[in-house]
This record gives sequence, C-alpha cells and structure tokens, in this order.
Amino acid sequence: MIELEGLTKRYGEKVAVNNLSFTVRPGIVTGFLGPNGAGKSTTMRMILGLDHPTAGDVRIDGKHYQQLKDPLTYIGALLEAKAWHGGRTAYNHLLCLAHSNGIPRSRVRDVLETVGLTAVARKKTKGFSMGMGQRLGIAAALLGDPRILMFDEPVNGLDPEGIHWIRTLMKSLAAQGRTVFVSSHLMSEMALTAEHLVVIGQGRLLADTSMADFIDRNSRSYVRVRSPQRERLLDVLHQAGVVAVESGDGVLEVDGGKAEQIGELAARHRITLHELSPQQASLEEAFMQLTAESVEYHAHSETSPASPEPARQQGGDGWKRG
Amino acid sequence: MATTQVVRSEWTKIRSVASTVWTLSLVVVVTVALGMLISALSKSEFDSMNAQDRAEFDPTFISFAGMSLGQLAMIVFGVLVVSNEYSTGMIRSSLAAVPQRGAFLFSKIAVAGGLALLVGLVTSFAAFFLGQAMLGSHRAEIGDPGVLRAVFGGGLYMALIALFSMGVAAMLRSPMLSLGILMPFFFLISNILGNVDATKKVGRFLPDQAGSKIMQVVTPIDDDTPYGPWGGLGIMGLWVLAALVGGYVLLKKRDA
Repeated sequence: MIELEGLTKRYGEKVAVNNLSFTVRPGIVTGFLGPNGAGKSTTMRMILGLDHPTAGDVRIDGKHYQQLKDPLTYIGALLEAKAWHGGRTAYNHLLCLAHSNGIPRSRVRDVLETVGLTAVARKKTKGFSMGMGQRLGIAAALLGDPRILMFDEPVNGLDPEGIHWIRTLMKSLAAQGRTVFVSSHLMSEMALTAEHLVVIGQGRLLADTSMADFIDRNSRSYVRVRSPQRERLLDVLHQAGVVAVESGDGVLEVDGGKAEQIGELAARHRITLHELSPQQASLEEAFMQLTAESVEYHAHSETSPASPEPARQQGGDGWKRG
Repeated sequence: MATTQVVRSEWTKIRSVASTVWTLSLVVVVTVALGMLISALSKSEFDSMNAQDRAEFDPTFISFAGMSLGQLAMIVFGVLVVSNEYSTGMIRSSLAAVPQRGAFLFSKIAVAGGLALLVGLVTSFAAFFLGQAMLGSHRAEIGDPGVLRAVFGGGLYMALIALFSMGVAAMLRSPMLSLGILMPFFFLISNILGNVDATKKVGRFLPDQAGSKIMQVVTPIDDDTPYGPWGGLGIMGLWVLAALVGGYVLLKKRDA
C-alpha cells in the first residue's frame, strides 16, 4: 500500500506536483497516467524518498520510506532514468544492491534469470541496449521480493516480445497480491494492464477511479443509426424525446442512447434500419480530453472560460507541453 | 539498516569498477618512481651543495618528492568514488536501497578512505625504502629520530588527500568540476600560495601545505612555521572534516 497525502513539489515558481492525495492498493495493477511532464516521475521519486516533498506526506505500508528497514524488501522500483554504473557488470550491480539490504547472493542469479539477462550477467552494463537496461532495472526492482512494485514507463525501449513479457509480469505480480503501481503516458497501454487508474495533469489529480468507471465516465458513448426513412425516424425519435444528430452520409448519432430503445421504436413504427450500432469514443481520446482540460484550465483560466471545443483542440498542444 | 550491510555493499561497489584499480596503481607507481628518480638526482647533486643546503638535506622528505604528482591520482580516486554515483545515475539506486543518507555517505567514505590509507601506507613505505636505496651513503634509516613518523605520516597524508577529494566531490557532484578545481589547486595554486612570501603566512594553512609537514624530518634553519608535524596534519584533518561535513549537509538536503 502506498498512501499520498497532499503531496506537493515546487521547483521555484513551478509546481511539479500539486497537492496529490491517493492510495495505491494491493492485489491490482494501478496505472499512473499523465502526459509527459505531468509530474509522474517526480511523484515516484518522492515515494522513494529521493526527492523531498515541499509539502505533504507519502507513506509505504504506513511508514516513511526512511523508516523502512531494508527498503528493497518492501518496495522495488524501476525508475525512468538509467540508475547504474556502466563500468560494472549486471551481476555486480545487483550484488551491490543485494548486500546493502541483506538479500542473499542466490537471489541475484534468480532475478537475472527471471528477466532473461543470465547470458550477459558478467558483461559491463554500458554495452546494454535500452531494452536490456530496462530488464536490468526490473531485475533490481524484483531483487528484494518486495510486496510493492513501482515501474516508471516500463515498456519504454522494449521490443514487442518484451512489452508482452512486462504486461504479463505486472499482472502476475498483482495476482500474487502485490501492490503494482505503473506509470505511462499511453492510455492504450494502461487499458491493457491496469484495473485502477490515477490520472494527473500538470501535477494535479484529475481522476482516481477504476478503469471501468473511467471508461464509463470519460468516453462518449452513442448509437449510430442508418435508415432509408431518415425523416420519419427523426420524427419518431423526436416524439419519444430522443435527441439525434445528423453526422453526414445519412448517419444519425444518438448521444447516450440505448440501441434497444431505438430498435424497438423503429420496429413499432415499421421503419427499416440499415445500421444500429452502439459506439464508444476511444480511451485515448477520453484521456486526451481530460488532460487537455487541465492544460487549458492553467493556460487560459484568466482570459477565457473553458469551452469544450477549444479544449479538444488543445489536446495535441497539452500533449507536447505537458 | 545494519551498517555492516552498507559497508559490504560499498566494498562491492569499489572493487567492481576499473577506475579503482588504475587510479590506485598510478598512485603507487608515480609516487615511487618519481621519488626514486629525484632521490638519485639529489645524491649526485649533494657534493656540489653549500654548507646550509647540506645541513638542511632531508633524505626522507626527498624520497617523498613523487607525492606531489602521485597525490593527483589519489585525488582522481577520491573524486571518482563519490561523483561516479551522480554521473552514472547510480545514486538513485543507492539511495533507494539505503535511504539513510548519512549511513550511505559515511560507509562509502570509510571503505574508500580505508583503502586509500592502505595504499597510501604501502606507497609511503615503498617510496621511502626505494628512495633511500637511491640516495646511497646520504640515506636516512627508518630507526632515525622522526623518520618512522614521517613515513607513517606520508600514508596518512595520502589518505587525507583522498578523503578531502571525496568531501569536495560530495559537495560538487560533477566529476569534471571537482577534478577541474582540485587538480590545479593541489598541483599549482597551493604550492604557489604556500611558497610566495606575500601569501606564505596564509598559504601554509592550506590542506596539503600543512599536511606535508608530517613528512619532514630535518627542519629548515630559518623555519618559522607556527605548527609542528602533527599540528600540520591536524590542520589538514580540519580541512577534511569541513569538506566531509559540507558534503554530508548538501547530500542530506538535496534531491537525488
């Protein structure tokens, strides 16, 4: 369990992390989502006690990181930036960490085996590819067999096989009852692995919800309807109090509508339908909309009130800026 | 967090990188070889010296002449041991494993300082005996008054140089910045400040100027240095203490 309470980090004028409070629970994969620069890595570094919070508090199983005896046996982390000496072999790098936390030497071999680096264990890490480096970082995280695992952008630099491997690994770690906290800037990646979702933008908490709820709440669902008797269908829908919007090519879109209701209405009035399909906007779109609004709120709050359309256009912008 | 675990970890770190071996090998080779060379040259010059120079002739100190260059390798060793953590990113792994930053820094300093002392003593004794062999009939004996203190002190001096470098590197973090300041300082600036009349009074309180007093056996005739061999080493010790405390305070305060 990781608990954040009003966690804040300021660098001079810039607020990197702004009053974050949420809890990461065991037994599930919790996704930590935000555009690049939203404050994910800073938050993770504060969880590990590497950066000092300006305000607020973060606890691991109820304790401050500094109070943990042999912290690697409580929480293992893969950080985004490279965190080892290139002149040292993979084996020795892990051995240094193992010694410092009283972890037996045999465990070093075990984790090297787990991540598939046994063959290069005695090679200096400066020759490692990005994917091998990522595996070494994951080996270090697993070293102490911790109950809590934290991965910062773990799929970065991995090949498709590696990506599949890390997804499976995270799910199996959670299935063992461990706390798995993983950051990403890709909604699609999170949708595949995470059950719970914490979304931040510009250091602020935007959502803390189950993946299913997030999808329900944030993605626009509508029913796509096509009919040769379009005018009649519009009348019928209107009379039933259902709002339909034309979207060209004779297609009607019914926001928040139920396909069953529309189908039954059409049948009762003997209207032929060529298409009746429930649709959902993509998760990526929902995520961009959510974070774009946070960007807009910060960038334009004094000049113009937020309106949905510009917020959408800002999406691409906030993406790069964030 | 058991300190022995951290010390063991730091020992594994230090023995598993190549820079440890080449910096410390250079310390021994450069100090001893240059000491022998200068000892041999001094021997051949002895006959052409005047009475005062002969009275001030200090065979022990002469055999340590190579330290002026050898200490630079010791500085590189001290700087790299600490600043490599930062330049490689290892510091994040290290502090995640050992969040007690004092325990982390002082275990590292204890291990690296201990190793520097060992190598320093080996260097000092080797430089003395091989240097004396070069000096032939003008040599000093290890049993002569003050000689054992000077030779043992030479090892301590080397260890203190390494510790001072570690403290400075802990403050500055960057290896290039640390070396860029320490190398010219100890090789040139301190020597100038300690020997030019105008700055001598202050200059001789600099760490290496004060510390090297321990290696002198024969005091120059008009010497007015206000401290003795151990006093000088004590002054150097205070510099080291200041550098290490500075490094610790900054490490404690900073984000990693």
